[in-house]
Amino acid sequence: MSTPQGHLETLPRSVHVLLGLGLIALLAFPFAGQDFYTQMVTRMMILAIFAMSLDLLQGITGLVSLGHAAYFGVAGYVLAFLSPADAGASWLTSLPLAVLASALLALTIGFFVVRTQGIYFIMVTMAFAQMVYFLFFDNKALGGSDGLYVNVRPAALGLDFENKLVMYFFTLACLVLTYAFLRRLLWSPFGRTLNGIRLNEHRTQALGYASFSYKLTAFTLAGALAGLAGYLWAAQSGYVNPELMGFHMSAHAIMMVILGGMGNVAGALIGAFGFELFLHFFKDLPKVGEFDLGKHWQLWMGTLIVLVVIVAPQGLMGLLRPRSAQDD
Amino acid sequence: MTEALLKASSLSKRFGGLLAVNDVSLSLYKDQLHAVIGPNGAGKTTLTHLLSGDIAASSGELWLKGQSVTGWPHHRLSLQGLGRSYQKTNVFLPLSVWDNLMLAAQALDTRAPYNPLSWFTRADQNPAVQARADRALQMTGLASVRDKTAAVLSHGIQRQLEIAMVLATEPDVLLLDEPLAGMGAAEAETMVALLQALKKDHAMLLIEHDMDAVFALADVLTVMVNGTVIASGTPESIRSDAKVQAAYLGEAT
Repeated sequence: MSTPQGHLETLPRSVHVLLGLGLIALLAFPFAGQDFYTQMVTRMMILAIFAMSLDLLQGITGLVSLGHAAYFGVAGYVLAFLSPADAGASWLTSLPLAVLASALLALTIGFFVVRTQGIYFIMVTMAFAQMVYFLFFDNKALGGSDGLYVNVRPAALGLDFENKLVMYFFTLACLVLTYAFLRRLLWSPFGRTLNGIRLNEHRTQALGYASFSYKLTAFTLAGALAGLAGYLWAAQSGYVNPELMGFHMSAHAIMMVILGGMGNVAGALIGAFGFELFLHFFKDLPKVGEFDLGKHWQLWMGTLIVLVVIVAPQGLMGLLRPRSAQDD
Repeated sequence: MTEALLKASSLSKRFGGLLAVNDVSLSLYKDQLHAVIGPNGAGKTTLTHLLSGDIAASSGELWLKGQSVTGWPHHRLSLQGLGRSYQKTNVFLPLSVWDNLMLAAQALDTRAPYNPLSWFTRADQNPAVQARADRALQMTGLASVRDKTAAVLSHGIQRQLEIAMVLATEPDVLLLDEPLAGMGAAEAETMVALLQALKKDHAMLLIEHDMDAVFALADVLTVMVNGTVIASGTPESIRSDAKVQAAYLGEAT
């Protein structure tokens, strides 16, 4: 309680070093690894963008959304709709349109949900996301339960996402820009006010801030960034289905943010990579006698999350902090 | 007399069957401290909530600097120059004193949240906001604890921070709900001196149980009992009012 807020948002040197090394590793990775791993890391980066977009709500504004996948999935569907059967869409148009669609959906749903607080907010965001999920699930015209294919990946300006390396580096650029944007936003007047709303919404209003507009803007921005991730996901996998908007996807994002540590963007980023790496590690566990450890990866993943919540309430990020800063 | 900065006419608030505030009218003028006293449950804090827009009145009207502001939410009233402090300390505990003040000072000239310019500028480097925060810091004598986390401060200092945050929004009207509550004698003395100094530039409403402070500061006194004003006037006239003595002062002394 007595830890100054600044310590949570100001990244210690160790995190800067880690992020720097991580960026170098990501830049070099495709030239060292196999194609399979390049695609795996592309997916990790996309999920990291998704996790950071949720952190804007969950960690920075204090709004725990259990329906964030709706905005992720919708953008993917927009790409599928805009992609001709036998050619790639231009990402110059389809990307902004997909992000815009997610932002508009978030603005519309946000208009209703940001009026609610706490547990009600969690329930209502989930309810709206389920509505979107079933809208796509039950409508053959929208692909139904099978989903839709993006037959040919988008291209523009000589950057063709059919090329795995192009896809990889485009995603990396989006990751870096999203991180830089959110870190910048954190220290902006807008970000400081969101922080105030999380800590004490009533007092923030009393000081003269229309908290509704702030929360709605945050909700819309977070939806737009989730849309960016969803678009990249669809472009990378060449396939969308309702599961992208499902409850599991929303919960996945929450767990990535919790694993890494909330409220400073870097935690969500680290959490996303950490989560995926642990996931692959657990899935690859060997058989011990009759018992296939790898098959029960969810058990190990769940145990890990519980341990992190108990041992490191500030997530993996908290472990990177010098103890003195924590005890201050 | 000059125009009232804040004027309330026939404010009432009903919570179900309870009439918490019953037909209260009052006017606040610059360079004047208007104290509201009364026993616990008299409706003083509810009255403050009505004046600050924290809760909506069941009936009655409100004018701020000549403008009708009936039914305005409190963030709009705050931007129009109405500042209030809370009975229960209501600061951002995990933030430093300075960050508390910066957030308060920033309220006045923040761009709309959906204006992308408010996403990219650095909040802590706006000279106008810094100047407002610094002024509030100096006025309340909190400079020595500028970088301390609010949560580790003593209760008395937190109460001062509470006032400082209000001052950082540069209000014309100050509504102070028991600023001296729970303070030690020395801290209370500092606070009384601060309130005395603030009187010059503000119209002030003070709710307070400390009668020494009330009679030292008040220019006008209103006494509430059970949601109703039973007397209003100069401190001298209130002191000699038989109804007031029976209802309130008699019990207290």
